[in-house]
Amino acid sequence: MISLDRLSLSIHGTPILRAVTLKITPGEIFGLVGESGSGKSMTALALMGLLPRGAETTGAARLDGTDLLTLSEPDLCRLRGSDIAMIFQEPMTALNPVQTIGDQVAETLTIHGKAKGAQARRIARDRLDRVGLSHVALDRYPHELSGGQRQRVCIAAAIALHPRLLIADEPTTALDVTTQAQILDLLKDLVAEEGMSLLVITHDLAVVADMADCIAVMNRGEIVETGPTAQVLAERRHPYTRALFAASSHAPDRAPQGAPEPLLAVESVHRHYPGPRQGFRRGPPVEAVKGVSFELHKGESLGLVGESGCGKSTLTRAILGLDPVQGGDIRLFGRSIVPVMPPELRAGIQVVFQDPYGSFNPRWRVERLVAEPFHLLTDAPKGEDRRARVAEALRAVHLSPDDMAKYPHEFSGGQRQRIAIARALITRPRILVLDEAVSALDVSVRARILDLLAELQDAFGLSYLFISHDLTVVRAITDRVLVMQSGEIVEEGPTEAVFDAPAHPYTRQLLAAAPRLPDLTEAQA
Amino acid sequence: MSRLPPALLIGAALSGVFLAVALLSLVWIPHPITGVSIATRLQPPSGTHWLGTDQLGRDLLSMLMVGAQTSIAVALIAVGIGVALGVPLGLAAAASRGSPLDEIIMRGNDLIFAFPSLVIAILITARYGPSATNAILAIGIFNIPVFARVARGGALPLWTLDYILAARTAGKGKLRISVEHVLPNLMNLLIVQATIQFSLGILAEAALSYVGLGAQPPTPSWGRMLAEAQTMIYTHPMLAVLPGLAIVLMVLGLNLMGDGLRDALDPRLRRGRG
Repeated sequence: MISLDRLSLSIHGTPILRAVTLKITPGEIFGLVGESGSGKSMTALALMGLLPRGAETTGAARLDGTDLLTLSEPDLCRLRGSDIAMIFQEPMTALNPVQTIGDQVAETLTIHGKAKGAQARRIARDRLDRVGLSHVALDRYPHELSGGQRQRVCIAAAIALHPRLLIADEPTTALDVTTQAQILDLLKDLVAEEGMSLLVITHDLAVVADMADCIAVMNRGEIVETGPTAQVLAERRHPYTRALFAASSHAPDRAPQGAPEPLLAVESVHRHYPGPRQGFRRGPPVEAVKGVSFELHKGESLGLVGESGCGKSTLTRAILGLDPVQGGDIRLFGRSIVPVMPPELRAGIQVVFQDPYGSFNPRWRVERLVAEPFHLLTDAPKGEDRRARVAEALRAVHLSPDDMAKYPHEFSGGQRQRIAIARALITRPRILVLDEAVSALDVSVRARILDLLAELQDAFGLSYLFISHDLTVVRAITDRVLVMQSGEIVEEGPTEAVFDAPAHPYTRQLLAAAPRLPDLTEAQA
Repeated sequence: MSRLPPALLIGAALSGVFLAVALLSLVWIPHPITGVSIATRLQPPSGTHWLGTDQLGRDLLSMLMVGAQTSIAVALIAVGIGVALGVPLGLAAAASRGSPLDEIIMRGNDLIFAFPSLVIAILITARYGPSATNAILAIGIFNIPVFARVARGGALPLWTLDYILAARTAGKGKLRISVEHVLPNLMNLLIVQATIQFSLGILAEAALSYVGLGAQPPTPSWGRMLAEAQTMIYTHPMLAVLPGLAIVLMVLGLNLMGDGLRDALDPRLRRGRG
């Protein structure tokens, strides 16, 4: 039995957790849900005794009566890995890139003196078999595995010593939907088999909705609502829970579009990469995009859905004229952009990227960042005019013109994404390419950005090409959707029709894998 | 940057002292160093000659002060050559990654790397005769591939970032992106590397002068002072110890400063220090 009893935590005087109380019984799956900065990861680190320097705690974190907060570091070391184990969001960085996966799983055993040498490797093999990697040899390195396989290795190492509690901190956030579904299934099976407890920390209510026995919703260092999953989801007593719930399935109001008028036409585009080097030669080219065709109409939102490696990013770069294509044609506003995009067309198509942190030169102020695309205009405004245009763009995304003098690090993730949208709008483009533009944001921030996008579309008559792996978001904001698999469009059609009655097996597979919140309109009635 | 690493402070102080001494020697030295005075040769430290005199009766302190000037000037110009030619080459290679231009630049670098600066100096000296200028050239040429590699290595990950993609969608060319986006974000890396190359330049200058390929008499140089003192190492050890100590302290100071700068400028290391 694991329990937190009025655990409060402050770091260098800043309160992080406030009287957090929770209980996890053996064999239970406990979901801890909250947005970034809510303190959910700190709660897990407190359980592991891995708090950063300068952390002060009050209250207790008990594992079968032992208060973990009072244990010495050597005692904690004995506990970590054997009684409490943890897996993290990013399976690539959680594994040592220069050590084989067999060694890394066996390491847990040898450190705790439970097995040595050949015996440790035998147990490691057994554990890897258990997590579904029976076809993967022990002497493989992390980079030779896919993201999902790496996360399985992390799980194998974590369960090597049959811990009583496994903490999974955003275990599937970095993974594709189908992989996510498999990993969640694996975790569920392991809990049932091993009789351990599982603490799943996530920002995504849907991930824990059909998996956890109990849920706690966290906001600003406090647990605002907790209880059995079905009860929490049905009652939603706390306003924050309701807000979180609404935000996860938020669909902005959008006005219907006018008559179709193609702005962008992609015609059987092929895109190859040079093959891997084999000595002095190169292997056969890698085909990333194989004959893709579609049209984007004026005022339309077109979704492009697919998992990582399906070629959607490659296709995007070709549409933006950043990479050459090896076959086919791309016509923008009626003119071909193959092989080279005419500079005067660029101003008409702009892009917003996923990562609100990597999208800006950290040494530039917002004014210069937002004004950068003016480079495209021959009659770009100067001086006061330029400032006025930047201010106008900032106001359009609900930021203040005063923000012009600030640096990007002074803004939150959602605000940065607004700046990115302002930068994309400054040349008054007709098409906006949104490349996973809301994927890195918390649900409530995401809902507000989606509202903003809908509003901007109405105001400026924009067309969106919305690229995402997140089906909920695509459903919320697009009129039509394309489903891409291994470089090909396997299904396309009106969004609602495709989601309600998917024709292609791959689309069905994607939809089945996507975690969903239960439909509570009936439950409440 | 609330707390500077101690290595940076010590290193900067040491380097600062040598720089100040070199600058001072431009306007004032205790005794002229061109006058040979056999009568006052090999004197021990005294009120008039604080560190004594050498085998030609020249004031040792004055020689060391002007020697600092030579060392710093040679190393500084050599670093300048390396930065001025190496950084643009590295940026060009990164901007055209995988293209023939990249290959040509990087294989050219490998070629220069294959010759140590001493060998380049001997080649230049054999053709044009020994001088401080040729030492500068030899060390400078050796610096080019170092800066080209650092610039290319630092620029490659930057080229994959979204803000570079955003700049490309804003229609900016590779040259403009390299200057506006890549170079400013490489500055930390280049400053640290320049400090390290500067200290290596001091060492290389001393080595070249020691074997007679650097500054020629009467220009004083720490390396040549060492070479001239070696026959008297048992009778007058201070003549060798003092220039040796000057080289060690100067290089130590610059290396500490380089390490300290890297810690202070690299946000990842800064966080690690807590």
